[in-house]
Amino acid sequence: MTPRALALIVAWCLFDATGPVVSAGGAFARLQAPAPELLTTTGEVGRFGGHFTITQRAEPRTLNPVTAVDAPSREIVRQTVGDLIHINRETQLAEAALAKSWTLSPDGRRLVVTLRQGVRFSDGQPFDADDVVFSFQVYQDEKIASPQRELLRVGGRPIAVRKVDDRTVQFDLAEAKAGAERLFDSIAILPRHLLEKAFAEGRLAEAWSLSTDPAAIAGLGPFRFKEYVSGQRTVLERNPHYWKQDRQGQRLPYLDRLVFVPVTSEDAQVLRFRNGEADGILRIGAENFDALAREQEARGYVMRDLGPGLDYTFLFFNQNDPPAGATAPRALAWFRDTGFRQAVSLAIDREGIARLVYRGRAVPLAGHVPPGNRRWTNTKLPPPVHSPGRAEALLKERGFRRMGDTLVDADGQAVEFSILVSSTNTVLRQIATVIQDDLAGIGIRAHVAPFEFRAMIERVLNTKDYEAAILALGGGDADPNAELNVWLSSGPQHFWRPAQPQPATAWEAEIDRLMRAQVSMLAYEERKRAYDRVQEIVATNVPMVFLVSPSVLVGARAGLGNLRPAVLDHQLLWNVEELFWRAGMPRTPR
Amino acid sequence: MTRLRTSVGLLAIVYVAAATAGFLAPYDPAEQNRRYPFAPPVKVHVLDAAGSIHRRPFVYELRPRPGTFDEYDEDRERPLEIRFFVRGTPYRLAGVVPSTLHLFGVEGSRRVFLMGTDEYGRDVLSRLLHGAGISLGAGLLAAAAAVSLGLVIGSIAGYYGGASDMLAMRAAELVMAVPSLYLLLALRAALPLHLAPADAFVLLVAVVGAVGWARPALLVRAVVSTVRTRDFVVAARSSGASDVHILARHVLPQAAGVALTQFALLVPQCVLAEVTLSFFGLGVSEPAPSWGTMLADLQRFHILAAAYWWLFLPAIAIVAVFLLYYSITDALHQRLMLRS
Repeated sequence: MTPRALALIVAWCLFDATGPVVSAGGAFARLQAPAPELLTTTGEVGRFGGHFTITQRAEPRTLNPVTAVDAPSREIVRQTVGDLIHINRETQLAEAALAKSWTLSPDGRRLVVTLRQGVRFSDGQPFDADDVVFSFQVYQDEKIASPQRELLRVGGRPIAVRKVDDRTVQFDLAEAKAGAERLFDSIAILPRHLLEKAFAEGRLAEAWSLSTDPAAIAGLGPFRFKEYVSGQRTVLERNPHYWKQDRQGQRLPYLDRLVFVPVTSEDAQVLRFRNGEADGILRIGAENFDALAREQEARGYVMRDLGPGLDYTFLFFNQNDPPAGATAPRALAWFRDTGFRQAVSLAIDREGIARLVYRGRAVPLAGHVPPGNRRWTNTKLPPPVHSPGRAEALLKERGFRRMGDTLVDADGQAVEFSILVSSTNTVLRQIATVIQDDLAGIGIRAHVAPFEFRAMIERVLNTKDYEAAILALGGGDADPNAELNVWLSSGPQHFWRPAQPQPATAWEAEIDRLMRAQVSMLAYEERKRAYDRVQEIVATNVPMVFLVSPSVLVGARAGLGNLRPAVLDHQLLWNVEELFWRAGMPRTPR
Repeated sequence: MTRLRTSVGLLAIVYVAAATAGFLAPYDPAEQNRRYPFAPPVKVHVLDAAGSIHRRPFVYELRPRPGTFDEYDEDRERPLEIRFFVRGTPYRLAGVVPSTLHLFGVEGSRRVFLMGTDEYGRDVLSRLLHGAGISLGAGLLAAAAAVSLGLVIGSIAGYYGGASDMLAMRAAELVMAVPSLYLLLALRAALPLHLAPADAFVLLVAVVGAVGWARPALLVRAVVSTVRTRDFVVAARSSGASDVHILARHVLPQAAGVALTQFALLVPQCVLAEVTLSFFGLGVSEPAPSWGTMLADLQRFHILAAAYWWLFLPAIAIVAVFLLYYSITDALHQRLMLRS
């Protein structure tokens, strides 16, 4: 064999081993660095180009993955970061992401993760185990106090992170935790080369504001930050170093740009989407969905009703002890009476709420795990009953009686209270109006009190200065562990009586026991039994009166390939790297 | 003169209607008919199916169209006669006298929606009539409060002059310099946001009145400072009359004309202020009907897109009332001009 032939064979081997040929220079580069181990997606192979515009209901505040808490910032940051293990929003199961594979020890306490080789950040710098260790150091730092810090505590202690070698990281948990790999979802891996200095100087929480130079920001997501114009748009551009490819070996994402535009209200969002100024819309009310669906064909978009999701709405009463020294308000005795709460639940017309407020696109709820959460919902719970007659009988048993139109308690006091609701949430306000009417039917005078959302949360969780309130929860992970904060009596979001030093009732103590037990059960069937029991206890004792679970409603411009809206966040963009515009789409001129 | 009489007469009818809303309205304004959201106004028929005149006007009951949310068909099998002076839901006439007599209605538990329903299936006609009581009542009371406040401040400023005059007039100018809408919103935001409905009404009156006193005060002050130097006032003063007596007996009657015109001008402005606050959700709370809360729904895209035109009626009512008030103001103004 001539030397020339040998050289050609070697060159051919190098080119072929790594996919599409770029250039001879590229081949030399590959001689030095390991070939990148890309994740191959299974979606339809698409076309490159185009951009996707989506509206947000408020302006983003930061691009920092560690400190972003508000929804608009998180929506943007999510497109620029990658995690080790990711929960597939469609199947709701954990999958390999930046981690090529992982192993869990039999005792469930040691997770060893093998990282993908040859992956680069969006600025071209290599990614390795040092970035992982650094990231977890940041998230667990006490001074920074990121929201992820609580999530990364197992058995009361932070997860111990150790670099084994450049491509292997070991995580040690204080105790076995079911679904431990799910903890890693959306824990963004940070670039050590850009943030190490800021962290050492204690400035990391302030880093990566919206006015930061794009060149100083890098991530492992499908897009990278390009520009922010206050009040107008935030633009993300395609990350050329993204570590996923399609079935033909083409580097994802297909889209060139993502544009986020702030508008002030849902109505403004609807108008923009309708006029072609936005390509996607989500989290809209049923009435807007119906109004848009009427013009689908004519205006070139598709509206999809994905069926019941994970959100649920509920009414609850203030059962906190009065502040030290103050007398207990009369209402406290009513609110702590399980019979009273059950009567309120019987009086509420959930079908009416589903029909009037959601136009039928919601299901009445008996318990807190909606039917949309197929894996964990307790299907044996009896459906909710609407019976003002039974409600009145139950109240009579508990010592209440009717004086004309008004319900009075055993001491002759009229049963009257206010219901807090977020002033900007039209849907919850409508629910409050329907409930007000239902309660008037059994003689209870309820006042609807719209409140600015943050002021309302302050009253419910901190000052405890309220009587009743209506809230909605959900959207996060389907797994029961995502709601530990709500169901543990010591939890900060145990809404009706948060952060109890000791469980106040026997049934709350039982829930505590079951929730703690299921955390370390590794078998699904065992966990399901325990969680089913929790749902039964909650449905019987009614600490929160569950109302309805709305369907997930989304819309997107026609011609978007690989559009597979999911019930979990982000309903439209969870697979943004696979989204592409079909030939000739979108039809609206830009 | 006839114009003044006609306008006042018509306005009086409106106010009587508002006061007797319980009787005129067929149903309770808060009653939700959940099977009939966004029902359109029904057609009243006089000719029956055979083409002859029926003994009473009648409507056909509405039947929700299956598979839709807000579409209805007339059920030709079920005509409902409209009867007059029927017994229905209890109410208190003018808030005082309990009664169950209504001007009209249909038999039994059926419902007739002459002006359609809103999103909860509440009768728009009943809400319009009861809402008149709240919006017009609040406007009237707030205007009275504003004019009273303006009279007091203006007369003190005009009569005593000096420091009190300067203070009062600068305050009035400050209030007038700020666009009234923002002043209204700022004042409302500074006060407790959620109150029992009765308290909310009083607060509304107070807030709107507190924004409207400036112009009456200015005008009253001008009149009083002129009248103060007139002979009969000087004479009264020198014969030992107290300041209060002079103000009440001699000075203020001169300002009555101005005060009345200002009052007539202010009432529609105060009604609009109440409607504006309720429109933004800062006025009366559910389920109390105010013309403002009824119009607030029109801000939502899906309501405009679906063209529920009957929800627009409170706007027409407001325009009609305003035209009557401006007609009165105009006539009063002309009388004042003629007199002086």
